[in-house]
Amino acid sequence: MHPARSVIFFTTASGAGYGMMVWLAVLATLGLLPTDLPFGLVAFGLAFALIVAGLLSSTFHLGHPERAWRALSQWRSSWLSREGVAAILAFVPLGLFALCWMSLDRQGDVALLFGIVGAAMSLLTIFTTSMIYASLRTIPAWRNGWTVAGYLVLGPMNGAVILALLFAVFGYDGVMVTMQAIALALLVLGVVVKALYWRHLRVSAPVSTAGTATGLGHLGKVELTASPHDSDNYLLREMGFRIARKHAQKLRRITILLGFVVPILTLGGAMLMAGGAMATILSLLAWLACQTGIATERWLFFAEAKHVVTLYYGEQAV
Amino acid sequence: MTSLPETTAKKLGLVVDLDICVGCHACAVNCKEWNAAGKSAPLTDYDPYGKKPDGVWFNRIHTFETTDDAGQGQTVHFPRSCLHCEDAPCVTVCPTGASYKRTEDGIVLVNEDICIGCKLCSWACPYGAREYDEHAGVMKKCTLCVDKIYNTNLPEESRVPACVSTCPAGARSFGDLGDPQSEVSKLVAARGGYDLMPEQGTKPVNKYLPPRPKEHHKGQRGEDGKAPRMLAHADASTDGAGLIARWVDKILS
Repeated sequence: MHPARSVIFFTTASGAGYGMMVWLAVLATLGLLPTDLPFGLVAFGLAFALIVAGLLSSTFHLGHPERAWRALSQWRSSWLSREGVAAILAFVPLGLFALCWMSLDRQGDVALLFGIVGAAMSLLTIFTTSMIYASLRTIPAWRNGWTVAGYLVLGPMNGAVILALLFAVFGYDGVMVTMQAIALALLVLGVVVKALYWRHLRVSAPVSTAGTATGLGHLGKVELTASPHDSDNYLLREMGFRIARKHAQKLRRITILLGFVVPILTLGGAMLMAGGAMATILSLLAWLACQTGIATERWLFFAEAKHVVTLYYGEQAV
Repeated sequence: MTSLPETTAKKLGLVVDLDICVGCHACAVNCKEWNAAGKSAPLTDYDPYGKKPDGVWFNRIHTFETTDDAGQGQTVHFPRSCLHCEDAPCVTVCPTGASYKRTEDGIVLVNEDICIGCKLCSWACPYGAREYDEHAGVMKKCTLCVDKIYNTNLPEESRVPACVSTCPAGARSFGDLGDPQSEVSKLVAARGGYDLMPEQGTKPVNKYLPPRPKEHHKGQRGEDGKAPRMLAHADASTDGAGLIARWVDKILS
């Protein structure tokens, strides 16, 4: 599948934003979230900025962005529509949570209630995003539980890494260590989920073959001898993406190294220091590596996934 | 509404006979010609006269070769277009309701006025039936010539999809596959018509008829395993020739 930049940015940015919101709500409920206004403005502001930027970028790849509002209508059957509805509904509790937290209520029950509902809506929105992919039978690499697990873990993981950095920058050493511990746990969980996802791709049997696609399988091996067209077409550009697939193994190693291993080492180091300039620098390194790793992971998620329509263009089994 | 209809009054569709298709691409060309001026017009072309011509087509003709365990092969020309599935995944994934299946005849269409061009329907289709129009910013697909088959300005025999009326070999048939008594349903029953990728759960309406089994080395082919010669290239005898031909032959020999 063609890895569109706008979709890679959308899923990683909004995933990180929703992930931040989840942990802000959890820390608030535990009574650990700092209540000062500058931190609130930066943390909630960044989370909202990531969510909004992601959602906006997802409309950039549309042929008619001005009609995007129509995508909210078919929630009964379409996961894409459900995602749009969930994303918009999530703004209500998340916005109220941020407002309450930064103004009158602070740790009041109302703010926490909005926070918990907002966190649940954030996870629900990430889930609907993952189901857009996991519901497509035509792409066996996506149609499995590991796709859903990947999105549900990597979003909150990314959010935790960002928040750990923010706490380090603002010098909240106490809550920083808690956040680093959560981030480390999610980084370990994340690398396990991705490893199991790739294992699933390796061991699962193909769903469709050139034989079933043409119905000629009973005649023996089915091979394409003449393509309908000599140059590319939409199907091959969108669904037959092959560029750099030969680097897949290298890119997987880069994903594991930058997305998980480096952040685990640097955040672990920062945790041991329990504050100070060095901890901030290590947290920054952890975030930079993690963000690059997740972008690579998302690129691979698309580029590696084979679509069954390629069976009509020379692929033997998908 | 992108929820699929429970049932449709008719199941209009095509039956493609792979035993007859000669791979001439006439169906694709006439499809392009009709639809470039019809409901889905224009079927945009990019760089049509350049080095890499490209564009929106509803019909694509592939050629496959099969090889069995004995090493015997068969060439099969394979037209590919929308199968107007009963459980069309392209319809249910659509977030806007632009992609829909008609209750009256089961034709799957795109309402181009509300399509946002998200392309998800083309991801959901196993058959590559949908092609995105980069210029119009909307998805396009086979309409089963909905603007031709009901067109009372046309003579009755012309009210079939363009690909069917143009096929010089008669490899394509059109009709109601929901009616077991229709000509197309009888044809499917008689010839063992089948679904493409049934494992995808789409329940295609269109059916494909398999190529008839070839009996290699029995009558059809010569002793050398190659196709038999129709006639010897030089004729040694004058048997059956007329009086003048025999007379000329005698003078010339």
